[in-house]
Amino acid sequence: MSDRSNKAPAKKRERKPPTKKVPMPEQDPLERRKNFDEVALGYDAEQAVAEAEKCLQCRNPKCIDGCPVEVNIKEFIELVRVRRFMEAALKIKETNSLPAICGRVCPQETQCEQSCIYGIRNEPIAIGRLERFVADYARAHDEPMPEILDRIGRKIAVIGSGPAGLTCAGDLARLGYDVTIFEAFHKPGGVLVYGIPEFRLPKDIVMAEVEYLERLGVEIKYDYVIGKIRTVLELIDEDGYDAVFLGTGAGAPNFMRISGMNLVTVFSANEFLTRVNLMKAYEFPEYDTPVRIGNSVAVIGGGNVAMDAARTSVRLGADEVTIIYRRSMEELPARLEEVHHAEEEGVHFRLLTSPTEVLGNESGEVIGMQCIEMELGEPDESGRRRPIPIPDSESTINVDTVIVAIGNSPNPIIPQTTPGLDVTYWGTIIVNEETGMTSLPGVFAGGDIVTGAATVISAMGAGKRAARGIHKLLNGE
Amino acid sequence: MYEILFKKILNENTKFMVVDAPEIARVCKPGQFVVIRVNETGERIPLTIADFDREKGTITIVFQEVGKSTKLLGSLEKGDKILNFVGPLGKPTPTEKVYGTVVAVGGGCGTAIVYPVARAFKEAGNHLISINGARSMDLLIYRREMEEISDETYETTDDGSCGVHGFVTTVLGDLISKGRKIDLVFAVGPVPMMKFVSKITAAQEIPTLVSLNSIMVDGTGMCGACRVNVGGQMKFSCVDGPEFDGHEVDYDELMGRLNAYKEQEEISDRLWNESQGGAA
Repeated sequence: MSDRSNKAPAKKRERKPPTKKVPMPEQDPLERRKNFDEVALGYDAEQAVAEAEKCLQCRNPKCIDGCPVEVNIKEFIELVRVRRFMEAALKIKETNSLPAICGRVCPQETQCEQSCIYGIRNEPIAIGRLERFVADYARAHDEPMPEILDRIGRKIAVIGSGPAGLTCAGDLARLGYDVTIFEAFHKPGGVLVYGIPEFRLPKDIVMAEVEYLERLGVEIKYDYVIGKIRTVLELIDEDGYDAVFLGTGAGAPNFMRISGMNLVTVFSANEFLTRVNLMKAYEFPEYDTPVRIGNSVAVIGGGNVAMDAARTSVRLGADEVTIIYRRSMEELPARLEEVHHAEEEGVHFRLLTSPTEVLGNESGEVIGMQCIEMELGEPDESGRRRPIPIPDSESTINVDTVIVAIGNSPNPIIPQTTPGLDVTYWGTIIVNEETGMTSLPGVFAGGDIVTGAATVISAMGAGKRAARGIHKLLNGE
Repeated sequence: MYEILFKKILNENTKFMVVDAPEIARVCKPGQFVVIRVNETGERIPLTIADFDREKGTITIVFQEVGKSTKLLGSLEKGDKILNFVGPLGKPTPTEKVYGTVVAVGGGCGTAIVYPVARAFKEAGNHLISINGARSMDLLIYRREMEEISDETYETTDDGSCGVHGFVTTVLGDLISKGRKIDLVFAVGPVPMMKFVSKITAAQEIPTLVSLNSIMVDGTGMCGACRVNVGGQMKFSCVDGPEFDGHEVDYDELMGRLNAYKEQEEISDRLWNESQGGAA
């Protein structure tokens, strides 16, 4: 990193060495292993301006094309450069209702920052960190409300208050619709609240972004399981909603088809994380919801959810936490930053390994897990090299807790109770890609319930597209 | 917020509450459940709907105080409010069908859950035999209610203080051995009771439904805490149940899973008892 200062000056005109992002301060790994406070601490104004000054302000910026919610990145960065932070935040909020969240959990490295032209020779501009900075700045400095069009007296029901639902609701409220969100849980945010841990996305930030939407006029009804207490068709036929957006997420946890999955100390990542994040089990017994953590935890899976479960296990006091993933580091689907943070916090990685059986004692507690080693074969349909078991390579690892983080399937409650709603073989809802409309006129869908488990930002993009689709439909276009 | 409109103490640790929840009362069906969170620090617990009144917009819950959360709920009085009350969840019992002779078996607090389902079976035109069992007479609940809807009523107590001295399975076994034709058994109670009821009926191939009280967090299929082995397949009590074919349920595994948080439950219970100024 600092080798440039030691080199002898070049004789001829030499290109400047590639620059790196202004580093973001973080909690020390040894310290943060013991708390649930946020790991990344964010830029201060000087750091933000220094980073923004590097932006080339390209005439044809590529970064914006890389953003699923079309944030005007070029302009907001220019506003940061000239220290007009509040205006920068409002610029982002023109198209993105949840910048403080996106600045923290978006995979910028595969989106805006991947297409950054400055990033061809250097580390790209730290767009995510800048977005986070201005959103946090605006929240701390009484951001003004945006202009809202007059109420147009038309009602929209949004099912689920996760990233897709919140985005759809925000965009429609801004256009003057009366939006009601129906949420099954007692708190808003969906996966932002039950899934993503406090140390990666503080819940106060989610609540602040939701409050902003409420100030835009969005109403949220809690404890409301659509499909049970009221059906989608009743919302339209009896309750007078002009359109419905389904953003119910990929809620049903997958388990492996191996023996021992029902043992007492095998948990879905959903259960484990919901207990800790939504129900605050890390504050047990002040909070009544318990969580169980052993000394030696295996987390099966290699995505962001697996990293979250592993890092949460560390914080709950497990001595040894190991990620078990059947492919190699190269194919690991989690964000690099999460993997890096997990490693810093002492999480082990056992790659090219697949569980074949979880072993238990008489009371149903895990006493070990049998695994087989894998090697990589030809690429499969997903383009990733297919893992193949190596014969006679089985061994037993010593664990007392297993957390299964191998993905989720769509929650079946709405498809089962909505006749005429077309779904795929996997149970995801089929939509028109451009408008987000389902097979039922006036019923739209987006996010993980359509794509299967994906990212916060892609769900937000889908919520945005559907809001546009709803607006067009109701205006006869 | 959901107001408690009426409260009755059925016995020392079994409480009966009528809760104002008109939207749930409008659509719920026998066999479904609600998930309750009493206050901001509370946990989410599932309780099967014991009764409902569509006109008054109320849901009745009956529960046994077994730990902190049920004791906290039981400490609420008429006029108090429950913070979260979510439902109706789970699949309803198929009660519209005429089976012929239905035996409704309730053990302890389970009788309160059996009651609305048994009533629906009766209203559908079935011949209803009820067996209501408890450890002793003072723990028998819903005695008059069960008698009112049943064509034949039996009561059992473990200590013989009321009715037949023995278990619900004693009476059920008798009926079967006398050659009574039984077309369906519906049983709710402690896991061992459901296990043994199912064992008896399995031998005679009498269709048997049981309602499971698995640990849940969300109650909507999201957490998988309530997974149960039914006929070798993984099912979720919350969305696939809570009722299952009694002959297919792995009861031993279920009992283990119900004890998953025993240690923590004991800590919470002890702290609650201390906060109430009493010993355990």
